[in-house]
Amino acid sequence: MQDMDPADIVGDYREHNLSYHDGSSRRVLVTDTEVPYPDGRLIVSRTDPAGIITQVNPSFVEMSGYTEDELLGQPHHILRHPDMPPAAFQDLWDTVQRGEKWHGYVKNLRKDGACYWVLATVIPNVRGGRTTGYTSVRRKPSRRKVEECIQTYPTLF
Amino acid sequence: MAYQLTVSPDFTPDHISGWYIFNTWLQKALGEAIHLELYNDFATQRKAILDDRVDLIYANPFDAAMLVREKGFVPVARPGGKADEAIIAVRDDQNAQAVEDLSPGCRIAATDDPDVNLMCAIMLEPAELNADNTSRETKDSYPLVAKAVIQGQADLGFFLAEAFESLSGITRKQLRPLVASQIQIIHHAMLAGPKLAERRDELRDQLTGMAADPKGPGVLQSLGFASWEAVEDEEMEFMIDLMDTLSFQPA
Repeated sequence: MQDMDPADIVGDYREHNLSYHDGSSRRVLVTDTEVPYPDGRLIVSRTDPAGIITQVNPSFVEMSGYTEDELLGQPHHILRHPDMPPAAFQDLWDTVQRGEKWHGYVKNLRKDGACYWVLATVIPNVRGGRTTGYTSVRRKPSRRKVEECIQTYPTLF
Repeated sequence: MAYQLTVSPDFTPDHISGWYIFNTWLQKALGEAIHLELYNDFATQRKAILDDRVDLIYANPFDAAMLVREKGFVPVARPGGKADEAIIAVRDDQNAQAVEDLSPGCRIAATDDPDVNLMCAIMLEPAELNADNTSRETKDSYPLVAKAVIQGQADLGFFLAEAFESLSGITRKQLRPLVASQIQIIHHAMLAGPKLAERRDELRDQLTGMAADPKGPGVLQSLGFASWEAVEDEEMEFMIDLMDTLSFQPA
């Protein structure tokens, strides 16, 4: 996955190097801007068993700031924000690989360096007894829950 | 013995005759006797499904998991370009401008339409409103939901977007949508039960070819949509997974 491009960033930004579970790493650029989750929407995506994006809905594309072509074929951690504790994603993978649903509040990173908070649910797609991929559905979180996460997530690193 | 066709009880009253016209068309198309049974509510319809009395159903997405994964139904087709969307509305003179302006204890009027109620419940989550801190009264129809909100018996109403749009002008004037869903991927679908599953391809061809049939467009118009689109197994499984994720309610 390519490093984030300063030309895509709107406003002042900080630079972080993120390392992922697959051994890869990426330079990400982060601003202080939060984009509000739009009312009435669901952000939906699917991945293959390795977490590579295979399908996105229009709300996903719009909120991520990427085009659909830029998203398909990329690892889902293209949205990973450096403020998210890695333990949250470890818990996500441990849970869905057991065949169970995972829920959590997630701060996502947009292409322009801004963020957006979601309440995410991830479910394994079980077909004929075999997990063929994962579906992730995000909805608008309560602000109180987001504020709680802003306080607690930094303590989980 | 005739097969039984049934329709999700959330169809609008304007389309009752349309489903009878459709059934007449379908019997000719398949060369089979089919009895159309319209149930008044979801509970009665689910009982008929559990008793294996239903062979063909225009199903609410909420029931798709049970029909496909427990009762062996297979997807056939969906209405072209038509997704289920929901609206939460308040009386026009209410102060609330967003769901976050609503308070615990608010009174909800709704029908027993399960996918609309699920979508609306999700749209209330940002305000941390749920079954534990709201009260809900079930009405027999969307006009009665509107009446309850307008008369102040309820603070907000849950509506199928299509039903909200088909309320009379004078009723809609007294209501204000607070939030409307734009989910785009939840839809009703025609599903065939085990006795008709082997004829799915024939059924699908008939439905998807309906718009080109000389009598088809008139029948479709009476149902309120323009065409049928094929639904493959994986598309239906995806929607079932999606509905499953939505069944989660945050604490």
